[in-house]
Amino acid sequence: MIQLLDIHETYDNGTRALKGIDLRIKDGEFVFLVGPSGSGKSTIIKLITGEIQPTGGRIMVNGYNLGNIRPSQVPYMRRTLGVIFQDFRLIDKKTVWENLTFAMRAVGASPREISKRIPYVLDLVGLNYKGDRYPNQLSGGEQQRVAIARALVNNPQMIIADEPTGNLDPSRSQEIMLLLEKINELGTTMLVVTHEKELVNRFSKRVVAIENGRIISDETGGYYKNEEII
Amino acid sequence: MKRSYNFGYYIAEGFRSIFTHGLMSFTAVFMIVACLLIMGSFSLVAVNLERELGKLEQDNRFLAFVDETYTREQAMALKTQIEAVPNVASVIFETKEEAQKNYAAKYASDKNAALYAELPAEVFRDRYAVHMTDLSLIQETVDAVEAVEGIEGHQAAPEVAQGFVLVRNVAAGVAAILIVLLLFISGFIIYNTIRLGTFSRREEIVIMKMCGATNGFVRGPFIFEGMILGLIGAVLAFFCQWGIYELIVQAIDTETTAQLLSVIPFQEIWPKVLGVFAGAGLVVGTSGSVMAIHKFLNV
Repeated sequence: MIQLLDIHETYDNGTRALKGIDLRIKDGEFVFLVGPSGSGKSTIIKLITGEIQPTGGRIMVNGYNLGNIRPSQVPYMRRTLGVIFQDFRLIDKKTVWENLTFAMRAVGASPREISKRIPYVLDLVGLNYKGDRYPNQLSGGEQQRVAIARALVNNPQMIIADEPTGNLDPSRSQEIMLLLEKINELGTTMLVVTHEKELVNRFSKRVVAIENGRIISDETGGYYKNEEII
Repeated sequence: MKRSYNFGYYIAEGFRSIFTHGLMSFTAVFMIVACLLIMGSFSLVAVNLERELGKLEQDNRFLAFVDETYTREQAMALKTQIEAVPNVASVIFETKEEAQKNYAAKYASDKNAALYAELPAEVFRDRYAVHMTDLSLIQETVDAVEAVEGIEGHQAAPEVAQGFVLVRNVAAGVAAILIVLLLFISGFIIYNTIRLGTFSRREEIVIMKMCGATNGFVRGPFIFEGMILGLIGAVLAFFCQWGIYELIVQAIDTETTAQLLSVIPFQEIWPKVLGVFAGAGLVVGTSGSVMAIHKFLNV
C-alpha cells in the first residue's frame, strides 16, 4: 500500500513541485496518475521509489516509512516495486533473457529461481519465444513488454509505469495497457502515469489528476474528464 | 540475499564486462602498464643506486692506532675488545710493517714514490682497520674504540661518512617522494579511465538500483573487473619491465665506461618486482573502480 500524507517537495532551485499531496493507493488497485508536463507526476514517482526525500509530509510504501528509512533499507523497499520507463531502459548488449536475469540477480536470486521464474514471466507478457533476442531485434511494443517482464520478474507488490505507452503507436499502447490490466488482475497493484486521455478513458479505473503540484480530482471508476489537463 | 550466488556472479560479470567493454578495458590495462613501467623503472634505478651507495659505504672504514708502548702481542690482544664495541662489523689488525708496505704500494705511481718506499716502518704504528655496520654512527664508534685501553688516536673522516649518509638519505627520500607522486598520478589516470568506462554503464547501474540492488551488489562486478584489469596490467608490465631491464644491463655490459657500475641481476629481484607490481595493480585497479562508480550509486 502507498500512502502520501500532506507531501511537499521543493527543489534546491526553489521550485515547489508538490504542495500538499494526499494520496492513498490500496493493495490490488489500478490507478492512473494524470496531468500535464511539470504538474508533479514524476516527482511523485521519485518520492515513491526513494530517489528523493520529501521536504514535508509522510510517505509509506509497502510498509516502509520513507521519512526515516535508512539508506541500507532503500534497496529492500525497492524490491517491493517494479518500475517501467517510457524509454524501456533495456540493456542493448544483453538478450531478453539476460535482461531479466540481470534484474533477478540484482536481488540475489539463485540460478534455479531464475530459470523457473523467467519462462513464466515471458509467457505472461507473450514473449516466450523471444528470450534469445536482443532489444534492437524487437519492435517498440515488444521492448516495452520486456520492460514489463523485468518489472514483474521479482514479483513486486506494486508496479509503477511512467508513461509506458509514450513511445508506442495507439494499437500497441492498447495492448500494453491490457497487459498491465491483466497483471493487475493477478494481484499486483498498478500505478500508471500518463497523459494519454483516450487511452485512460478506455479503461474504467481510478484516475488521480494532478496540476501545479496539487491533486485536482480523484475519481474511482471515473474517466479523465478535465480537458484542460492535456 | 544469497551471497554464494553473488560471488560467482561478480566474477562472471567482471570477466564478461572486460570483453563487453573491450576498448575501455584495453585502455585501462594500457594505462596500468604504462604507469607501472614508469614507477617500476624509477624504483629499480633507485634500488640499484641504493646498492651502489651501500657498497661505497662498506668500503669506508677508520683506523685505530695502538699505543706505541704496547708489544705486538699486547696490540693483537686488543682485537676482541674492539670487536665488542657496538656498531663494529669487523676488525683487521695491521702491523706497522704491513702499513709501510701498503703505504708504499698506494703511492707507487707517485713522482715521490721512491721517497715513500724508503720510509722506515718505525714511522708507522700498529693499527686496526675498523669496519662499521651503520656509517651514520661513525663518531660514536670512533669515540668508543678510542676509549679502549691501548688505543691511542685514530684516523677517520666523519665528514665523508656523513656525506655518504646524506647522499643516501636524500636519494632514498627523493625516490620515495617520486614513487608516491607517480603512484598518485597513476591512480588518478586509471581512476579517470575506469570512470569513463563506468559512465557508459551508468544506465545499467540505475536499472540495478531500481530493481533493488544494494550498493555492495552493484560494486561487486566492478571491483572484480578492476582487480582483473589491475592484475593483467601488472603481469604485462612485469614482462615489459624485465625486457627493458635486461636491455639496460646488456647496454651497460658493452659500454666500457659504464662497466664500473654493477647492476643487480633481474633474477635476484623478480619475485619482489612481481609482488610489488601485482599489489600496485590490484590496489589501483580496485580503488579506481570503487571510486569511479561511487558517484553513480546515488540513485
